[in-house]
Amino acid sequence: MAVVTVDGKDIEIGATERLNCIEVARRAGVEIPHYCWHPGLSVVASCRMCLIETGTRDPATGKVTMMPKLVPGCQTPAKDGTVIVTESALVKESRARVEEALLIDHPIDCPICDKAGECLLQDYHFEHGQAERRADIHAFHSRRRDVGPTVTLFVDRCIMCTRCVRFAREVSGTSELMVINRGAKEEIDVFPGFPLDNKLSGNVVDLCPVGALGDKDFLYQQRVWFLKREANVCGGCATGCSITTEHNQDSVYRLKPRENPHVNKWWMCDDGRYGWHHLHDSSRLLAAEHRSAAGSTRQTIEWPDVVTRLRDDLKGAGSLAVAVSPMLTLEEAWMLCAVARSIDPQAFLAVGHVPTRGADESFPGGFTIRAEKCPNRLGVEAVVSLFDQPLHSWNDLLEHVRAGRTTAAWITAGHPEPWIDAATAATFADLKCLVVQDLFDSPLAQLATWRLPAAGFAERAGTWVNAGHRAQSFEQAIRAPAGVWPEGRLFWNMLGRRGLYDPVAVRQQIAESSATLAALAGEMPATGVDLRLQQLAGA
Amino acid sequence: MPPFTPVLLEAVGIPNGHTLASYRSRGGYAPLEQILREKQPVDVVEMVKASGLRGRGGAGFSTGLKWSFLPKDHPGPIYLCINADESEPGTFNNRILMEDDPHQVIEGIILAAYATRATTAYLYLRYEYPQSWERLQGAIDEAYAAGYLGSAIKGSSFSLNLYLHKGAAAYICGEETGLIESLEGKRAWPRIKPPFPAVEGLFRKPTVVNNIETMACVAQIARRGIDWFRSIGVPADPANPRDPGSYGPKLYCLSGHVERPGCYEAPLGITARQLINEYGGGVWKGRRAKAAIPGGISMGLLTEAELDTPLDFAGPGRVGCLGLGTAAVVVIDETVSIVDFLHNSCRFFAHESCGQCTPCREGTAWSLRMLERIKAGKGRLKDLELLAEIGNTMGMMPGSTICGLADGAAWPIKNAIKKFRGEFEDYIKTTNPTGWMVTDPVPALQIVGAH
Ligand SMILES: Cc1cc2nc3c(=O)[nH]c(=O)nc-3n(C[C@H](O)[C@H](O)[C@H](O)COP(=O)(O)O)c2cc1C
Ligand code: SF4
Repeated sequence: MAVVTVDGKDIEIGATERLNCIEVARRAGVEIPHYCWHPGLSVVASCRMCLIETGTRDPATGKVTMMPKLVPGCQTPAKDGTVIVTESALVKESRARVEEALLIDHPIDCPICDKAGECLLQDYHFEHGQAERRADIHAFHSRRRDVGPTVTLFVDRCIMCTRCVRFAREVSGTSELMVINRGAKEEIDVFPGFPLDNKLSGNVVDLCPVGALGDKDFLYQQRVWFLKREANVCGGCATGCSITTEHNQDSVYRLKPRENPHVNKWWMCDDGRYGWHHLHDSSRLLAAEHRSAAGSTRQTIEWPDVVTRLRDDLKGAGSLAVAVSPMLTLEEAWMLCAVARSIDPQAFLAVGHVPTRGADESFPGGFTIRAEKCPNRLGVEAVVSLFDQPLHSWNDLLEHVRAGRTTAAWITAGHPEPWIDAATAATFADLKCLVVQDLFDSPLAQLATWRLPAAGFAERAGTWVNAGHRAQSFEQAIRAPAGVWPEGRLFWNMLGRRGLYDPVAVRQQIAESSATLAALAGEMPATGVDLRLQQLAGA
Repeated sequence: MPPFTPVLLEAVGIPNGHTLASYRSRGGYAPLEQILREKQPVDVVEMVKASGLRGRGGAGFSTGLKWSFLPKDHPGPIYLCINADESEPGTFNNRILMEDDPHQVIEGIILAAYATRATTAYLYLRYEYPQSWERLQGAIDEAYAAGYLGSAIKGSSFSLNLYLHKGAAAYICGEETGLIESLEGKRAWPRIKPPFPAVEGLFRKPTVVNNIETMACVAQIARRGIDWFRSIGVPADPANPRDPGSYGPKLYCLSGHVERPGCYEAPLGITARQLINEYGGGVWKGRRAKAAIPGGISMGLLTEAELDTPLDFAGPGRVGCLGLGTAAVVVIDETVSIVDFLHNSCRFFAHESCGQCTPCREGTAWSLRMLERIKAGKGRLKDLELLAEIGNTMGMMPGSTICGLADGAAWPIKNAIKKFRGEFEDYIKTTNPTGWMVTDPVPALQIVGAH
């Protein structure tokens, strides 16, 4: 055990842990302000906001020898006997001077700045700055520079921390961003004809500690203090990045990556980041509809009626085949299988359509965007396997229908993008009863006896299992649009369970029913659990 | 003071002194051949350590000690970088060495490479020295042809390739880690230390960075011996255990308001006044000196009364200057406004700050703006306080920056304000009779910019 003293308080750190003074101070509950340092990027120690006093405690005598000069907390490793002082007059004056220096040329256009409210320059100035301006007063500029399709640079707000430049070099590996000019004339820029255009570009906006990099998708849409934040998981691909859905009045305004060392570190891709607009698309299916006979027009049907009549309709049709969509949560998938088996004990259960696009894309910083564009194939496979062996795929289900072995099918989908063509949909044309649950109309939904709207990713609660076998649970961030029952609510009611849909209760039930999924029991950590590790431990 | 016979400058004035033939006729390269035959690298390190040679690039760090920081038994490569970025205002001694006696420099480089086991050396030359480039490239070609460079030098098992690299003209490329970044093809942003270059330098391999004049001294130590070198200069102060002494000859660059500006070789420890009077023919036009910078503008200012300060590694520090620096003495006569001097200094550093560290980037620009305003007759006494605060808080020494450029920017500010405060106050009060006492922020001038 190594002991580090932070402002007089002893903190124990692991003997092999390599932490800097900022990280150790954080464990002691002390925030050392910093701009340029970020745990996911190389250390440059250039903003000088994290300057602190340090010393060493002699293990034999206990005597502390302080270094005569200030050192950057980011660059200084904390070792056994390190003494950190963050609140001395010297440190405070130094912080105030850095704040003053950063504001000499800053436009202080906070009222029209998107970052206001979550800006480190604002926060640190409030906490560490000095109230008076001492530098000359001059007219401010607010130059904008278009650096790429996703990002606008507000040149004069920049404090030159170079996080964005390092991100593009070290994490995305695309190196579009650079520093031009020298001294106080420095600016961030791109080469003409080589814009910031990569699949991780949006992360530079998160990294920007001030309002210099603006996200075009979010710019001027909402003041950040109106946003509510819900820990979520991105449904864009099988990586399943931990995210925060930021929303107000059931509208999503932006998605942000949520730190998860096991999955996405601090990042997310642009496909995922901007992949929420379909939630508010006006062409979404917004009502449950039923058609009594082939060819007749569909009638909107109230959800309580769906709960009772759907079951009867499917029972009456005879044999049932079900596609359990990899967009569903574990809990929803499990309830769907249970509902199906309660209707037809021999029901054919298959994993629904698994959308893929291109190949996996990996970046130098270790981030991978998966070709598999759904968040929960592994989870749905695990659940379906509990009910039906061997595991059937979507193609198996198509074969099953084509071979005439079923008279009814229930297809869950929920894909944000078109996923089925007319020819494939025609496979289901002759069934007695076809239930389609999806976000948007499709050739398949056209044929449906029951066309039910699906929920979008931020409207669900439950658990997804990503490509790395990590199960992550999340709450619903926004309510589904009026007229839409998320799948979980429908299944819960069809199972005759009381009260509001309770995904945690379902998860506990799943954990109890299967040794392979036992890890799902209990409280889920915010960063999820690795199902494989638990299985290994159990084996 | 007895006249000193130039050694480092012995080739100056000799026709074709820059050629290999001339250098050999003066005894050049013979020591190298002997050392390659008879001595181990560690012997060369020990020789240079024993000579007491301290780096001539500005910091005055013991050269032998620097070499011995390289990791032992490193599988290599180890790199040697020769710093010829010479951009410190007032400094031109490297240039004389490269133009008039390039082989002396090259022999020193080969010896240094042998001592450090480097088989690749880069000479980083500032862009503005085309003549040095030509002379060096000519000498390198001659040295290759004569077998002093290349593989198996003079039948030994030691090989060395020496590459000449031209910078793109920025002061910060002279800072050793800025130089390394620049050599790697990047923006010359000085690196944070540790790791020091001796452990992780060029291409992340152990690296030594030495100045041109340091290399010339190594060649002369090899030729004339340790005792000769230690017989010149100022011995270590026995009362100060941290003073390693200032041994050997030094090239002083004398410029500004003197009758005979030039690069003069003298023993370390000559006083500024001796240099000005005995070598430079006195302050020009029969005027008095107001001040002098002791070793490049970064080192601060000596007042007239302080001109008796010995220009060894310890001398300038005793009168509040940063150090000996590059031993470039620039004389400022009594007609010069110290406001103009400081304005010029601030303009240089605002232009040359690499812009990484907030205190340096903003502090150099802020101080320039204040000086611009003071010069425009809108100064306030408050500005002197602010300037002094910037001077006292910006730099590696207080810990607020990564490299020493900021200390170099700070020193002229704090020396000028401290040593010439009266002149600043008079200037401000007479040029701004109605506003000198204002303490609230004032409107900025429209700034055209440093360049
Ligand atoms: C801003 C700055 C500029 C420098 N410029 C030079 C230079 O032009 N030439 C030089 O030899 N050293 C320069 N130095 C010093 C180098 O960092 C380094 O100490 C030196 O090259 C080491 O050589 P030496 O040990 O032989 O003196 C500079 C240092 C700083 C901080
Ligand atoms: S001190 Fe100045 S020149 Fe040196 S690294 Fe920092 S900003 Fe650059």
